[in-house]
Amino acid sequence: MEAAIIPLHPIEEQKFLVIIDRGGSLPLYTTTVQAGFPSPATDYAAEAIDLNTYASNHPGSTFLVKVEGDSMIGAYIAPGDLAIVNREIRAASGMVVLAFVDGGYTIKRLEIKKDAAYLVSENPKYKPMKIDSPEGGIIWGVVVGIHRKF
Amino acid sequence: MTSLFALVDCNNFYASCERLFRPELNGKPIVVLSNNDGCVIARSNEAKALGIKMGTPLFEIRDLLEKDGVHVFSSNYELYGDMSRRVVLTLSEYSPNVEVYSIDESFLDLGNFLHVDVRQHARAIWERVPRATGIPVAVGVAATKTLAKLANRLAKKSKKANGVLVLTDPVHIEAALKATEIGDVWGVGGRYARKLATFGVHTAYDLTQKTDSFVKKHMTIVGLRTVKELRGEPCIDLEMIPATKQNICTSRSFGQPLTDISDIEEALATHAVRCTTKLRKQKSCAAALTVFLETSRFGQVGQMYFNSRTVKPDSPSGSELVIMPLALEALRAIFRKGFRYKKVGIIVSGICPANQVQESIFSAGTRERDAGLMDALDTLRMKFGYNSVKYGVQGTKGKWKMQGGNVSPCYTTRLDDLIKAY
Repeated sequence: MEAAIIPLHPIEEQKFLVIIDRGGSLPLYTTTVQAGFPSPATDYAAEAIDLNTYASNHPGSTFLVKVEGDSMIGAYIAPGDLAIVNREIRAASGMVVLAFVDGGYTIKRLEIKKDAAYLVSENPKYKPMKIDSPEGGIIWGVVVGIHRKF
Repeated sequence: MTSLFALVDCNNFYASCERLFRPELNGKPIVVLSNNDGCVIARSNEAKALGIKMGTPLFEIRDLLEKDGVHVFSSNYELYGDMSRRVVLTLSEYSPNVEVYSIDESFLDLGNFLHVDVRQHARAIWERVPRATGIPVAVGVAATKTLAKLANRLAKKSKKANGVLVLTDPVHIEAALKATEIGDVWGVGGRYARKLATFGVHTAYDLTQKTDSFVKKHMTIVGLRTVKELRGEPCIDLEMIPATKQNICTSRSFGQPLTDISDIEEALATHAVRCTTKLRKQKSCAAALTVFLETSRFGQVGQMYFNSRTVKPDSPSGSELVIMPLALEALRAIFRKGFRYKKVGIIVSGICPANQVQESIFSAGTRERDAGLMDALDTLRMKFGYNSVKYGVQGTKGKWKMQGGNVSPCYTTRLDDLIKAY
């Protein structure tokens, strides 16, 4: 796709939310029909970028979460970002997950070892959390992307 | 008509929505209260086990709730609505035709599936919906909607069924009918149940053994439809297009008793806007409107008051500019000083399609103007929120509004309410 045809008007935050929440889409370009000379582009105008589909194939199981703190800064997940979380994907070792531990939510990299599961930060300031009992915490979903507003 | 229906019903839906975002409440009793924190409208299994009944007023069980550490939520329909949408979205992957029957129930068309084992398919739905959305469900499958509903109920109750019951084998159907009390059959209320008991009809099975003429005589033609459905003869099809409502009522109990008419006017004006918006959404006009006003029904004699007034616009209308002033006029006519009011509401009726309205000579000309304005208002409100465009009379004090004591955040629909992860 040619970058030149993407409009340059800014996409405000509000619009992005609408796209994620309501399954709407962002038209690439629009044409106006002129009497006498139909635009040759009309036949191709149905194409649209759907950020919702881009973020996840399953909008029903996709949730947004606000990132606080800098524990995942090494994975380019920064405070203020919106993390895109999918509940359906089965978490595997090495994935970045949203977990619920000690009464709070946390985003960490999951590492499954022989003795226990570990929630590992991507920041040397924080130690890994060891989870070795079912009561230790739950995996709520898998982080599949990040949205950042500049 | 399809040959096989599935009814997918979310378990303890409101309670499940609340708990999804509060994992620390897993295994703990929780209840959700009605609009004005009046009574219990949803319970987790743990709360059911404590003997808390549906519809119990909060004041009756406040002590029990505290003693047993029950978590109490005010209702958050924004959250439940979005979670319902997610469940339906997931269900639509399992059937070409899905009827959203209520916020927590959907009928699926499972007929004419080639090379699909229905049991496996139903089990897959049961397994998938909670994995995707976090909301547990039960699935009942049968040849008619009424039987699917019955199967769903048993699927929830029976340990062996474990959330899924496919009722296609005649032997199973008979056993299921015998295991279902007549009052628990879809479409048979408590009144019919008491009446039928006098004829020795106690279970769904008993009813299927009665003659058509008996049923028609005692339960009308609607009851006969239910009985035929119980016998496995489909009479109620999937409704893919929601039926146009015959009347629309918008009302709320006030957060506190109100005595001043201007506070009540604020509430009624807001209800009128919401009511006409619904009307326009189904492309209808209303020929009449009724305003009602009431005090608490539990007050002392002499302190209770109820009144209503019905008025008609010159011609059927869906315009706020027509309906709202009429409603306020009706309110002023029935308002009496000196009472502590609890609730005001508006009902629009005589609903007809907007494109079939007979013009009156008095409304001529204003119709197009109003239609354009209403279009613009509807668009603005959809884009920027319901309160983005208001009338002066709707006010800003909002004294009538509910004090939802413990409303959870709108985790899935508002930026400021998202889960925060560290």
